[in-house]
Amino acid sequence: MLAYLIRRLFAAVVMLVVIVMVVFGIFFLIPKWAGVDIALSFVGKQADPAAVEGVREKLGLGDPIYAQVWEFFKGIFAGRTYTGGGDSIQCAAPCFGYSFRSEQAVWPVLTDRFPVTLALALGAAVLWLILGVSAGVLSALKRGSLWDRGAMVIALSGVSLPIYFTGMVALSIFVYGLDLFDGQFVPLDESFSGWFGGMILPWITLAFLYAAMYARITRATMLEILGEDYIRTARAKGLKERTVIGKHAMRSTMTPLLTMLGMDLGALIGGAILTETAFNLPGLGQAVLNAIKNQDLPIILGVTLITSLAVLVANLVVDILYAVIDPRVRLT
Amino acid sequence: MTTQRTSGRRKQAIAAAAAVAALLTTAACGGGSDDGDNGSKTGAAGFDAANNKVAQADLAKKGGTLKFGAAQDADSWDTTRGYYGMMWNFARYYSRQLVTNKAEPGAAGAEVTPDLATETAKVTDDGKTYTYTLRDGVTWEDGKPITSKDVKYGIERVWAQDVLSGGPTYLKDVLDPKGEYKGPYKDTSADKLGLKAIETPDDKTIVFKLPVANSDFEEMLALVSASPVRQDMDTKSKYGLKPFSSGPYKFASYSPGKDLKLVRNTEWKQASDPIRKAYPDEITIQFFSDANQLDQRLLSGDLDLDLNQTGMSPQGRTTALKQHKGNLDNPVSGYVRYAVFPQSVAPFDNIECRKAVILGADHVSLQTARGGPVAGGDIGTNMLPPSVPGAEGQKYDPYKLATDNKGGNIAEAKAALKACGKPNGFSTTIAVRNNKPVEVATAQSLQASLKKIGVTVEIDQYDGSQTAGIIGSPSNVKKKGYGIIIMGWGPDFPSVQGFGLPLWSSKYISESGNNNYALIKDKAIDGLFDQYVTTLDDAGKTKIATEINHKVMEGAYYLPFVFERFINWRSDNLANVYTTDGYSGQYDFVNLGLKNPKK
Amino acid sequence: MTDLSKSGAAVGEPTAASPAPSAFLEVRDLKVHFPTDDGLVKSVDGLSFQLEKGKTLGIVGESGSGKSVTSLGIMGLHTAGQYGKRKAQISGEIWLDGTELLSADPDHVRKLRGRQMAMIFQDPLSALHPYYTIGQQIVEAYRIHHDVDKKTAKRRAVEMLDRVGIPQPDKRVDNYPHEFSGGMRQRAMIAMSLVNNPELLIADEPTTALDVTVQAQILDLIRDLQKEFGSAVIVITHDLGVVAELADDLLVMYGGRCVERGPAEKVFYEPRHPYTWGLLGSMPRLDRDQQERLIPVKGSPPSLINIPSGCAFNPRCPYADLPKDNVTRTVRPELAEVGSRHWAACHLGKEQRERIWTEEIAPKL
Repeated sequence: MLAYLIRRLFAAVVMLVVIVMVVFGIFFLIPKWAGVDIALSFVGKQADPAAVEGVREKLGLGDPIYAQVWEFFKGIFAGRTYTGGGDSIQCAAPCFGYSFRSEQAVWPVLTDRFPVTLALALGAAVLWLILGVSAGVLSALKRGSLWDRGAMVIALSGVSLPIYFTGMVALSIFVYGLDLFDGQFVPLDESFSGWFGGMILPWITLAFLYAAMYARITRATMLEILGEDYIRTARAKGLKERTVIGKHAMRSTMTPLLTMLGMDLGALIGGAILTETAFNLPGLGQAVLNAIKNQDLPIILGVTLITSLAVLVANLVVDILYAVIDPRVRLT
Repeated sequence: MTTQRTSGRRKQAIAAAAAVAALLTTAACGGGSDDGDNGSKTGAAGFDAANNKVAQADLAKKGGTLKFGAAQDADSWDTTRGYYGMMWNFARYYSRQLVTNKAEPGAAGAEVTPDLATETAKVTDDGKTYTYTLRDGVTWEDGKPITSKDVKYGIERVWAQDVLSGGPTYLKDVLDPKGEYKGPYKDTSADKLGLKAIETPDDKTIVFKLPVANSDFEEMLALVSASPVRQDMDTKSKYGLKPFSSGPYKFASYSPGKDLKLVRNTEWKQASDPIRKAYPDEITIQFFSDANQLDQRLLSGDLDLDLNQTGMSPQGRTTALKQHKGNLDNPVSGYVRYAVFPQSVAPFDNIECRKAVILGADHVSLQTARGGPVAGGDIGTNMLPPSVPGAEGQKYDPYKLATDNKGGNIAEAKAALKACGKPNGFSTTIAVRNNKPVEVATAQSLQASLKKIGVTVEIDQYDGSQTAGIIGSPSNVKKKGYGIIIMGWGPDFPSVQGFGLPLWSSKYISESGNNNYALIKDKAIDGLFDQYVTTLDDAGKTKIATEINHKVMEGAYYLPFVFERFINWRSDNLANVYTTDGYSGQYDFVNLGLKNPKK
Repeated sequence: MTDLSKSGAAVGEPTAASPAPSAFLEVRDLKVHFPTDDGLVKSVDGLSFQLEKGKTLGIVGESGSGKSVTSLGIMGLHTAGQYGKRKAQISGEIWLDGTELLSADPDHVRKLRGRQMAMIFQDPLSALHPYYTIGQQIVEAYRIHHDVDKKTAKRRAVEMLDRVGIPQPDKRVDNYPHEFSGGMRQRAMIAMSLVNNPELLIADEPTTALDVTVQAQILDLIRDLQKEFGSAVIVITHDLGVVAELADDLLVMYGGRCVERGPAEKVFYEPRHPYTWGLLGSMPRLDRDQQERLIPVKGSPPSLINIPSGCAFNPRCPYADLPKDNVTRTVRPELAEVGSRHWAACHLGKEQRERIWTEEIAPKL
């Protein structure tokens, strides 16, 4: 188990290094081949040659790409100093780059925005698990009933509707229409009720999309599991039906759900761009969207890294939990 | 990722967008406010009530929080580094200049008036020496007085382009055309005030000595890049995160792309400032990543106005025009939208071929593509924006674009083609930014109408964020064969120099970041610009501006589309609202007030 | 066994009026029908038998003959957990130790399950939950019916594993099913079934999934345990060889009905139904060559939706044309006594059958 963990962590680190190099390649090499000077995208309307040179010097754009990648990694552990034009900027470890567009280190931006995205993803996950799984189980147990059909139609619409649409509908009804919520994000350390009020709609909207998916998967898996021999055995033992479903069938149903949950959480933590945009939540997704709009490469690079890290960690956690749930899976 | 999950659903997305538009028109505006053009019970001043005139000036009360929303953060809040018009406008909250734009609506707002200085410049020595005296009682946010050295240091920062990139460099170009000074960060003198062109004989006096006269110099000093910066408070590249205030408000908090909050600078004294009324107690900006979200918040009354002042998004605009027309103004933005013909790409080296395209284009269709007469603007007939002195608007229409030829004149266009030696037409490429849907639409409109005169056009949508490297490089333009480039331009300050010098002067042709896309090398135009900067009287300057515009149009380098207009929103609660030519038709932020400060 | 003469003909008899039987287990005119889109599947269509404690009944037939459906019917597993599907239609009577199960409160039947009647399934790998240890599953089975703490229950589980011949039971108890070999798994399954000392044990194809040597061990185990616990046992199999030594009585099923029933030695040595002859012919015997010994029954089992009229076996029966007036294809034969406690349902004359058996079939076996 420990050896497995170490191997997986090592693989994750290698993966991250590869991702950094690929992202670096995309951002710095491709424009080079296309004959575009990226230093120009950091300066304004009047591209003063001194400004372009200053940016080039500070970012180390004149260095070969491997040197830039190396500087980047070194910065993560040892911090980094950007110097140019008589100005030097300290970027303390862990330095994930420095945004010359908004003049701030990338790491604080990530740590500032990560909790919002995390809260969004986790809160929504709790909701969609409760809603999706119970709806899926009920649907499976009442297969073919009006409930089942109704739930599956809602689930289908939930899966099909884009989040900015459901988000807009939710805002129109609950914020602008009924005025139930303020619909504004409030930081948690400012006011819990304000934060909760601001998060509840994004949670519901996001959970609606995922709950629908989870309901469908739960239903299908549950139906399959209910046909298993060991469920019949459980009944033959004289177990109450509640125990048969709640314990024996649920345990098996959890496996595919867990895999999905890991992937989905990883992806969402990477950036629930659409949801954050629809509700104007200051999370990672919004940060990366703004960064793309402003050509803020260091922020894009930082968020991409965090995203990849989140996905890798989520996968690792899934693998471990998988082994915990299913003894047939050995972590070797 | 969630993005992947929802991708490949184009049809649904279109359906959803339609539904969203429907929702915006219904759900967002529950309260029955059938305000027409002439104001309403809810307090909206009426359609165009603040366009070039002051709306509800006497309803402004002290106090409250003025709430801006924005889809785009400033390029920088550092007075030296900002270049967005809205940033210059907003920066007046926390910065003062020797002179600034008048706090008056319309054309008067573009005139220069004393701010830190007791009066406008005493100009001597044939326009080469400008002398100012600072007012008494002008202070920084820590209560210390603002000195002439602070002003000089602030201006010197413009030279530090390698650290403080992004802002306009007019002051540097005029005061130090040879680039001798290396900027305050590389300044070897003890007080870092080594720039020879500016003298500060005492703390109250500042003297500018121009190597070559420039009649727009005072306009340049009215830019926020001429704001004072105190040396001990200069955080260099990070200054934009918390500029040290010389104005009525100071930074309380700023998180780029999230929010910004200004609070009163208690050291600022109303008596020392003839410009700023400083009505609200606090000023906030909330940033949005989705323009529709912003429009929703404006429509619902949560926010007072859009910081960006670039018009509402199509969906919000539609709703607002239908149901809240009294909250809208339709100012001219100061921008001209146009197509330009690089002379390096054949056959656009031949004036007749350029004329053929100008005459053959369907100008009504181009205007429609820009958004129509209200949201897009009036058909552009020449290259000088109406807000610039010397402009004649649609009265000057050498190619009859707004009259006889507005639908395109195929016969005349074909005649021009014949004169060009291309009677059967030719083929070329339009370069258009891929991140501007409206520009892509105009390119398509142009493509359709040129087909009728036998000109085949291919549209190349290039990465809009790389404008400087792609179309700003004449050799690249030639290599790619971009015969037509779609662009837009607005004045940095309202003069022919502030608008047209980078576009039309042969001296401004450069290998990267070029803006003279047409590669105009006209001695007559260059000569007129030279003449302009030494002409000190306004009437003379205006006359030259008109002449330059005529020369440009006679050269047929440009096909103007529109004199741009916007639809901008003002909340019911805003008072003392007016648009000003000083900031290209934006509301003058610095004097906005609230009717009900408690709201 | 007594009074079986009418059982095959009990169709339409008012069951509620029937008196409680004296036998430990008595099944009367059991019918299990499943409505499907294609029609009504008559998996069991009028089955009756009796079983005393300490005795073993072998139910033999091809797959689809209704033998597993019968066992699940006795356990009450057709009604438990039938979510959303069209419900199985069950009629007849199942008397277990004086209680009629079909009309009893389902929760009462649930409490009997695992306690008074238990079941061993065909494939122990799929019949055991993959995510729980053997111990956990046995402990659970025990604690449903006994109010004891986990420790006591686990001791009991170890004891049972030991009893069914699993080495190092105190260690293996914490293993997962996939860590057991096939035979060990089936032993564990048996241990789990017997943990509550059931009075009725139903073994549904208990050895089918196992290899031959292990098969014998498991059968021996079942026999030993039966002796020890004195339970009634029903062994369901398609393989006559499995029940040859185990069963006291045999019941041969075809198309959801009983075609021959009697003491095991009678059915083996004096079978009186052509289908039983076929089964005997296809039974592997160690003293024959591979080629010779398998004489399979030609054709395929009948559709349970459209059971052939007359004798259900008639399309596959080589002697179907012997009785006159085409009676095999029009009249369903009832069980008739062909010897002491020995019944068969066939239109062939008694002497005719004896002759065919002794002259044509027996010599070939």
